This record gives sequence, structure tokens and C-alpha cells, in this order.
Amino acid sequence: MDDLMSVVDWSRGQFALTAMYHWLFVPLTLGLGLIVAIMETIYLKTKDERWKRITKFWMSIFGVNFAIGVATGIILEFQFGTNWSNYSWFVGDIFGAPLAIEGLMAFFLEATFLAVMFFGWNKVSPRFHLASTWLTIIGASLSALWILVANAWMQHPVGMYFNPNTVRNEMYDFWALVFSPVATNKFFHTVSSGWVLGSIFVIGVSAWYLLKKRDTLLALRSMNVAAWVGLAGICTVLYTGDGSAVQVFQKQPMKLAAMEGVYQGSTKHGLVLFGILNPDKKSYTDQEKPFLFEVKIPSLLSLLATRHTDGFVPGIDDLMKGGFPQLNQKGELITAPSVYDKMMQGKVAVQALSDYKKAQAKGDSSMMTVNRKILEENFHYFGYGYVDSPEQLVPHVPLVFYSFHIMILLGGYFFVFFILILFLLNRDRLQNMKWLLWICVWTIPLGYLCLEAGWVVAEVGRQPWVIQDIMPTFAAISKVGSGIVQTTFWMFAAIFTLLLIADVGIILKQIKKGSDQNN
Amino acid sequence: MELTYEFYQYYWWFLISVLGALLVFLLFVQGGQTLLNTVAKTEEEETLLINSLGRKWELTFTTLVVFGGAFFASFPLFYSTSFGGAYWLWMAILFSFIIQAVSYEYRSKPGNFLGKKTYDTFLKVNGLVGSVLLGVAVGTFFSGSDFVVNKNSITDVGMPVISTWQNGLHGLEALFNLQNLSLGLAVFFLARIQGALYFMNNIDDENIYARSKRQVAVNAIPFVVFFILFLVLVLLGAGHEVNTVTGEISLVPYKYFFNLIEMYWVGIILLVGVVFVLLAILRSIMKKEFRSGIWFSGIGTVLVVLSLFFIAGYNNTAYYPSVADMQSSLTIYNSSSSFFTLEVMSVVSILVPIVVAYIAYTWRIMDKKSITEKEMQSENDKY
Repeated sequence: MDDLMSVVDWSRGQFALTAMYHWLFVPLTLGLGLIVAIMETIYLKTKDERWKRITKFWMSIFGVNFAIGVATGIILEFQFGTNWSNYSWFVGDIFGAPLAIEGLMAFFLEATFLAVMFFGWNKVSPRFHLASTWLTIIGASLSALWILVANAWMQHPVGMYFNPNTVRNEMYDFWALVFSPVATNKFFHTVSSGWVLGSIFVIGVSAWYLLKKRDTLLALRSMNVAAWVGLAGICTVLYTGDGSAVQVFQKQPMKLAAMEGVYQGSTKHGLVLFGILNPDKKSYTDQEKPFLFEVKIPSLLSLLATRHTDGFVPGIDDLMKGGFPQLNQKGELITAPSVYDKMMQGKVAVQALSDYKKAQAKGDSSMMTVNRKILEENFHYFGYGYVDSPEQLVPHVPLVFYSFHIMILLGGYFFVFFILILFLLNRDRLQNMKWLLWICVWTIPLGYLCLEAGWVVAEVGRQPWVIQDIMPTFAAISKVGSGIVQTTFWMFAAIFTLLLIADVGIILKQIKKGSDQNN
Repeated sequence: MELTYEFYQYYWWFLISVLGALLVFLLFVQGGQTLLNTVAKTEEEETLLINSLGRKWELTFTTLVVFGGAFFASFPLFYSTSFGGAYWLWMAILFSFIIQAVSYEYRSKPGNFLGKKTYDTFLKVNGLVGSVLLGVAVGTFFSGSDFVVNKNSITDVGMPVISTWQNGLHGLEALFNLQNLSLGLAVFFLARIQGALYFMNNIDDENIYARSKRQVAVNAIPFVVFFILFLVLVLLGAGHEVNTVTGEISLVPYKYFFNLIEMYWVGIILLVGVVFVLLAILRSIMKKEFRSGIWFSGIGTVLVVLSLFFIAGYNNTAYYPSVADMQSSLTIYNSSSSFFTLEVMSVVSILVPIVVAYIAYTWRIMDKKSITEKEMQSENDKY
């Protein structure tokens, strides 16, 4: 079991490492891609060569970032097979489809038209070139759509049933996956966060030009486009973030409890705007206070999660003990089961499957029927059958809590930031406000911090589940030695770090060069 | 025609075969990468080669990714068993593609940290490792692998993994098999031939044309030797056959040879493919100013690889045999997705001709004129 947990930890570490690296580059592709496409559209409308120069400048940075995004992306798809092979069989019937569609629908679109976008300026008509630029960014966004449909399905599995004969989950409703409310929120939340990051990046770089008093036209024009894209982005982020919170409350209440550091639930629960967790609180079972210090807005968490100020938000302790009113998958009001009930049901389900297979081997159809029925009745907690102790069901609260609060505080800041930039650009006053221009520059790392934090909330917050309630990480892995996974972990850490240094180095050089020498 | 479960299983093996075949053709990029120093003698010539390949590398890369994704969606048990088991083999392939993905874009950019030489070395490593190991991996479709599948393990709470590899080399053992290795090397030399044919087609430069032509000849000999060796070993060897009624798997001598006879149309595809490849090689060497070799060899390669996939998976053959436990061997029947999923994915596969059409269209308009040194000198958008 120790060795198993070590493989699980290293496999998780490797997935986290590669996904977080990948997620450094994808948002800039999504955001800068949209901005570049808008700029080229303006160029084609105005025929102003200066717009072309601006477009090509940002496009060159887009290209550098895109390459490393591709490099870090390939491993994610294959890692489901290499390191999560049990998962790949158990739900591959459902999960494989969006991945294949992503490749077919999105990757070829990106790959084909990216080449036209970079090398086609003198080979194809301006209109076809513009179409290629748009198709590239549409391809990138479609890729986000399908991978997020897949991810959302892991957080809220729908449209499938368990087939004991093949020992896997099988799909029966494709549209349930695609139009799952979790997927819809996740897609718009993620893609628009990319627009926010792309805008922050463009504004920050432009601010640096203004500080250096060079490439002023490029800087001002770029800032204007970026600030509008950023504002549209952050509004979408806020709206879908709110939608996501409702989904998390309904489908992953443990994640919500960790996000807000809620141990004891209540009605009229307040939202912690800012807080410092008590480091002495090690478990939901001890009597330590959860916070050393907190600033709370009364009843807001209840309102956001349940849409009523007096709605009940369960804490970690409540989720363990159960006994509070809760809506089930069908939308019926039930009394929440305790974690021990769930673990019991999970173990019954696992045992029933085992007995079913034994009966099947013997050809005992009546025992097969009996066990199949037991399995079906208990399958919704199948994953709990692998859980040894309730402690395993609580994600790392400080990591999730602080990531969540970094994300929402920065999100709020970006909203004000874009409005302020637009206002000052409109009044033609931004150029002279040196301090604000420096803030623009320093907002770039904050943008990255915010987006990575969002990823941590979504993915660490759902631990230990690879598929909510159905399969925990420790049942999902491949059986390779932990030494082997450690080796590849460090190989990825080394190569991605080297490539990141190269990526940043090239982008900084290109920014220093500015737009003139790019043409 | 009734669209049965079996029909979809055949159909998806066909699509996997098509993707695999296109991938092997597109490995001309990898082959070209290994020829950088041989075909180019000056910096300017190297720039020409890199920029010529640089407009195609993403197609190969994407085809590999889609090949993986489509395999996952249609035959998830293969994905789970092979990737999770032959860990090092696949990881080595993936690493080589990771370092390729940045190399074109970064090699000549100031501030690139590792220097041009390193990125060019990355391209060469990818050219060698990517093509040889992909060939070896496909070789295991015939030679078998060391795994056991036991779905009942899922209820073993302490260690619920259903597919387990039976040796600690995790895929590297495939390299110590003459049959796999000969396919790997055949793919490698074929990729080099096609890389050279692509240069002859895509670049308008006398020296590069002449040196590429020489490379076609030089690499043709080892290619033919290794390909024939592989083919002979496969056709003389035994294969795993599945009884479609009981699902039981048994070893049948000369299985792949019989597959070619029983599915005579596959034999014809194979022969036509071989003729096309040989024709491409011979005409390119013999004829003056012949530039379309890549198209002949491309068609030929696709046909040959298709036929290999067909004899591996059709006619009740186990396409991923297990040498550890024969009954664990994977067939298109026992490893596929459910009827419903294959049906959904088949609807999505309507996209395939659309994708092929726009790729062909953009390839045509982008490559209407061959790349020249003059263009490289005046062009700012280059690698």
C-alpha cells in the first residue's frame, strides 16, 4: 500500500507539474490570439500599414508562446495512458471521445492555419490570411472546449452507466457531456480568463514602451484593443465564476468547503473576503478554530451558493457526519448521508462487482442478477469503496483556500484595472502617469498567479477524486514503479524549465526589439 | 447494410490504420531532420531545409496526437495497456516530440538560451528517436508484448490496476527484438528517403536537389534490406487468432501470411504500395529534373502501412498479442469502446474528409512555388 501511495503521489505530482506548465502558455495563446485577430481585422478594414506592423509584432510573440504550449501539451493527453491507465480503461469509453474530437476538430485547424498565419503574408490574399488567423484562434478555443468538456465530466460524471460485463463505465448520452452545466461554466470561465491574461500581457508590455517613450503608437493602440478585450473577459469570468460556485456547491460540496475554509456549516453563512487560516488546525476532528483572522461579508456565501441568504452551506464536519438537507442528483430533497454510509455503500458496490464476476465465471445467472442489482443501487458511491479513512476525502484546505482567495481578489482587481485603463486612455492621461504604467507592468505576473491559482482551486479542490465519487486517484493509476515515475517527473521538470527560460528569454528580446525591426 | 457493433469495430480499426499510415508518411519531416547536415553544406542551405520542413512539422505532430486520441476513444484497452505498460518506449517517443515542438520556432531567435546548435540537435534526436521508436512500437503489434489484463483486479482495493506489465523494462525490451528493430530501422530509412524526396520537391536549389537525390539512393539500400527482413519475419512467424464465438485466442503458424491470402485485397494493396515506393525511388534517382517522387512514395507508404495494420487487426487477428498470457491479447473486439461510443465517434469522423480537404488546399496554395534562397533572404518570417 505504501508503494501504491508513492506511485499515486508521484503520478499526481507529474500531472500537476506538466498541467501547470501547460497552463502558463495556453491562456496567452487564447487571449493574445484573439487580440491579434482583432488587430488584423482592423488592419484589413482601415488598410493602415501601421496596424499591420502592430499585428505582426504581437503575432511574433504569439508564435513563440504557441510553440511551447504545443510542446507542453502533447504529454498531457498521453499521460492519461502512461500514468493513469486504470482510469483510461474505467472511463475511456466516455473520456476518450472528447479527446479524439479535440484532435480532429481543433488541433488540425490550428496546425494548418498557423502556418498560413505566419508564412502566408505574401502567399495568400489578405482576406484569406485574416480568415486563417481567426481559424487558428477558433481552433485554439475549440481545443479548450473539448478538453474542458472532458475535465468537467470528471468533476460531474453524467451520461454514463456502469457495465459490469466489461468492468467499465459506458456512455449513453453524448449531449449530456457537452451541455453539462459544469462544462459550460468551465469553458467560458477558462477561455475568458485567457482573454484577461492576454490583455494584461499586452497592456503591461505596452506600458513598458510608454515608460521608455518608444513605440508609442503601437503601445496606445494595443492598449486600447487589449483593455476592451480584457473588460469583456473579466465580466465573463465574473459571471461564469458565480455560475461555477453554484455548480461546485451542488456537485462538489467538499471543494466549496475547502475553498472557503468552512468546517462547521450554517445557514446565512458569510463569505470570507480575506482570512488567515489557523495553522494549528490539522483536521476537521480537532477543536481548533479554523481562522486566526478573517474579514467576512455576512450571508454572502449562502446567497452565492444556494441563491438564498438563509440557505445552508455544509462544512467539512457536516459533510463527514451528514444529516443535513441536500438536493440529490435528481433534484430531490434528501438527508445527506454520512461519509461512513458512503464508504459502506462503496464497499458493498465493490464487493457486489466481485461477486458478480465470480457468479459470471460459474455461469450462475441468478447470483449475477442479485449482485448486479446491489451494484447498481450502490454504484453512485463506488469510489468510496477504495477509501480507507475519511481523512483521505478532505483536500488540502490551506492550498485550496489561499488559491481561491488569491484568485477572487485578483479577479476583482483586474475588473477595476481594465475600467481604469479604458477611462484614462479615453482621457489621454495614461501616458504621463508613470506609477500607473509600472503597475501595468507588474500586473503581468499577477495575471499568471491568478490563473494558476484558479487551476489549483479546480484540481486540488476535487481531490481525491479523478471522477467525482466514482474513482479516487489511488484506484486510477498505472502500475509502474514509483522510481520510474520519479525519473520522468524530474525529466519533465528539467526540460520544461529549460524551455521556459528560453521562451521568456526570446519574448523579452522581441519586446526590446520592438515593432520596427520586426518588419 | 446493417450497422452492427462489429461494423464499427472494423471501421474504427480502419480509421486508426489510416491515421497510422498518414503518420508514417508524414515522418518525412523526421527523416528530413536527420539529413540537415548531409544535404546542407552551408548555413543558407540549412536555413532553406529548416524552413521547408518547418511548414510541415506541425502536421506530423498533430497527426501523432490525433492518432493517440483516436486510439484512446476507439480502443481504450489498448491505450490503457500499452501506454501504461510500455512506459519507457512511449515516454522516449513523447520526449523526442516535446523537444521538436519548440526547436523550429526557437532555433534562430535571439535570447533562445540554449543556442541554435542545441535546437538543431533536438531536431536530429527527434528525427532518429521518433521514427525508429514509432516503428518499433508498431512492430510490437506483430511480435507481442509482456502484459496481463485482468479486469477483475478492479475489485482488489489494495492494487486495483487491471493491465500490468510483466517486466521492469517497461517497453524497452521491444528494442531487443530483431523483428521490431527491423521495422524501426525500415521506418527510419524510409523517412530519410521521403525527407530527401520532399526537399527535391519543395526547394528550388540545384545543390540541395543533387544531394537529396544522392540520399534517396544511399538510404534506399538499407530501407529495402530492413523492410524485406521485417516482412519475411512476420510472414514466416506465427500470429494470434481469436475465435469470435468463444473469444478464445490461439497461436496459428503463418497467421499473417494467411491473412494476406485470405484477404487478397490487402495483398494487392501491399504490392501496389511497394511498387509505388520503389517507383518513386528509382524514378527520382534515374530521371533528370524529377520532383514528384514524394507523391508516389507518399501514396505507396500509406498503402503499405495500411496493409500492415489490416493484417495486424483484421481477419480475427489479435493486434496486440500478449506473450505473457495469450488470453490477455487485445483484439478489435475485446478492446474497443462500446457500441454507442463508436457510433457517436463515427458521426464525428465525417470531419475527416473536411480536414483532409483544407489541409490539401492550404498545402497547395502555400507551396505553389518552391522555396528558394532568394526568398529566404528577403523574408523576415522564417525560422
